Amino acid sequence: MTTKELTCVVCPAGCRITVTLNDASAIESIEGYTCLRGKTYAANEVTHPVRTLTSTVPVMTAEGKKMLPVRTNAGIPRESLFEAMKIVRATAVKAPVHTGDILVADFIEPGTNLIACKDFE
Amino acid sequence: MAAHKLIIIGGGPAGLSAAVAAVDAGLAPEDILVLERDSEPGGILNQCIHAGFGLHRFGEELTGPEYSGRYIAMARERGIPILCNAMVLSLTDDRRVTFVSPETGYTTVDAEAVILAMGCRERTRGALGIPGTRPSGVYTAGCAQRYINIEGYMPGRRVVILGSGDIGLIMARRMTLEGAKVLAVCEIMPYSGGLARNIVQCLDDFGIPLKLSHTVVQIHGRDRVEGVTVAAVDEANGRRPIPGTEEYFACDTLLLSVGLIPENELTRGAGITLDRMTNGASVNQFRETSAPGIYACGNVLHVHDLVDYVSEEADTAGRAAAARILGNAAPVVRSVKLTTGHGIRYTVPERIDLAEEPEDVRIFFRVTDVFKKVRLTVETAAGAILVNKAKSAAAPGEMESLTIPAAKLREVLASGTEEILVKLTETGGDKS
Ligand SMILES: Cc1cc2nc3c(=O)[nH]c(=O)nc-3n(C[C@H](O)[C@H](O)[C@H](O)COP(=O)(O)OP(=O)(O)OC[C@H]3O[C@@H](n4cnc5c(N)ncnc54)[C@H](O)[C@@H]3O)c2cc1C
Ligand code: SF4
Repeated sequence: MTTKELTCVVCPAGCRITVTLNDASAIESIEGYTCLRGKTYAANEVTHPVRTLTSTVPVMTAEGKKMLPVRTNAGIPRESLFEAMKIVRATAVKAPVHTGDILVADFIEPGTNLIACKDFE
Repeated sequence: MAAHKLIIIGGGPAGLSAAVAAVDAGLAPEDILVLERDSEPGGILNQCIHAGFGLHRFGEELTGPEYSGRYIAMARERGIPILCNAMVLSLTDDRRVTFVSPETGYTTVDAEAVILAMGCRERTRGALGIPGTRPSGVYTAGCAQRYINIEGYMPGRRVVILGSGDIGLIMARRMTLEGAKVLAVCEIMPYSGGLARNIVQCLDDFGIPLKLSHTVVQIHGRDRVEGVTVAAVDEANGRRPIPGTEEYFACDTLLLSVGLIPENELTRGAGITLDRMTNGASVNQFRETSAPGIYACGNVLHVHDLVDYVSEEADTAGRAAAARILGNAAPVVRSVKLTTGHGIRYTVPERIDLAEEPEDVRIFFRVTDVFKKVRLTVETAAGAILVNKAKSAAAPGEMESLTIPAAKLREVLASGTEEILVKLTETGGDKS
């Protein structure tokens, strides 16, 4: 049995979570989370850590070039963050664009999308 | 002279939440005016593009622009007037607000209630003491955040960050993902002022070293930063640099993330009492300041690390302002002062104004140091415990809160207590 102490990174409350693994590295118990997202985070973190990526891409508007904030709609594997940034850097959009619009579908992983986080008319 | 019932200064998350709450409490939207000096509402969150906002409010992990976008939409749905490019110049304690805007020119209005929601700005003072040249390439972390996320250009390629505040940590990740090399984050204190989650996902994820008890002792370079010298500091000797520990980092950029200070020039101008610890107004549980009818909420009151709490606090202020205007606020029977005991740096509110039928009051506070295994207690001067909780860890970077239940406040009212104490007790485990 091993225990791992984690800090949940899903929200700024930063709950401290303890995960106990049995000898076959399977999760025995998870304690210390305040909400279920924390539990999911902890389970993922000890097996395959994922992160939400946020960045910006240029958007052409009537008033010229602006920066559109973007994010992935789900966590992507932590080790693919830099690969993901290459795709982000090659992305540009034109207004109108709205919060939640899918800019790149199947981003890094099938079913994960890169979405817009602001409206530009 | 125009009359407005409720003037809200600042259209960030605090100002917008307060406006929405005031309408939901029965105030007519046209009786409200939100004044925002920027060209769009949303406040500082417009440049905070990282995720983690709104989990408590919306049950979703949003970015800053999405979070403020929700509030902008709520304000629009309710038809609340927001005047952008409107800079408030002065305020008096009898609620006379003077502002300028291209649409209205120089304008003075008298309001029945005013909500201060001007937010905070970055401290730069920590940098002024650093010897060396004054080349370009030294920015506050928030300024770099604006350059990258709003203007769309990178301020540098090889970066050292002084101060481990959240914005600095967030920028360490952002610049790394954008291809810059972040060499180190130096923190003069033996602990970080940032959230644990940001240390994990902004530094640890990328192998960026956090050098605790270290500071920048010299900036090198003539026109542009060429490097900085970092040294360990002596905790026992007034955090003075320890000779022989100097390390040189060749870099083109130094970011400063040395804290935020509430923006209270207007508050001071109105002669409102400020709290020495928070640098914000001293308030009661409705966030009413020492000037009747003037409320404060959000980062102008005290620096929050969770915008969800900003919205909650703003709701309280918005509802209270509406109640004052609509004349349905419960009369105050007696005031009780909150004091800080061992391990507590400040509390908000600092005063509870009790009505005949008290309601639950949530107290926000910060601890003075990093502690392990503590009990946080709110008690009367006579030692009667009103609420307490045990925590496995507490740190100054993370705001704590405790809610005093209405039933306990009724006891306080009956007992005649004039002071309530918030304190921390170490319950074993080493202080680290
Ligand atoms: C650079 C920076 C980065 C930050 N990053 C984060 C982060 O990553 N995560 C986080 O949780 N918190 C962050 N914060 C804290 C953040 O400010 C709060 O979470 C939240 O935005 C506070 O909301 P607010 O409405 O109180 O203040 P703000 O969002 O600052 O809004 C205040 C508004 O008032 C306006 N205003 C000020 N003075 C006047 C005047 N005289 N007349 C008219 N309008 C005026 C300003 O233009 C602004 O729009 C950051 C703060 C700063 C300064
Ligand atoms: S467990 Fe829930 S409340 Fe705690 S940090 Fe994680 S997401 Fe936030």
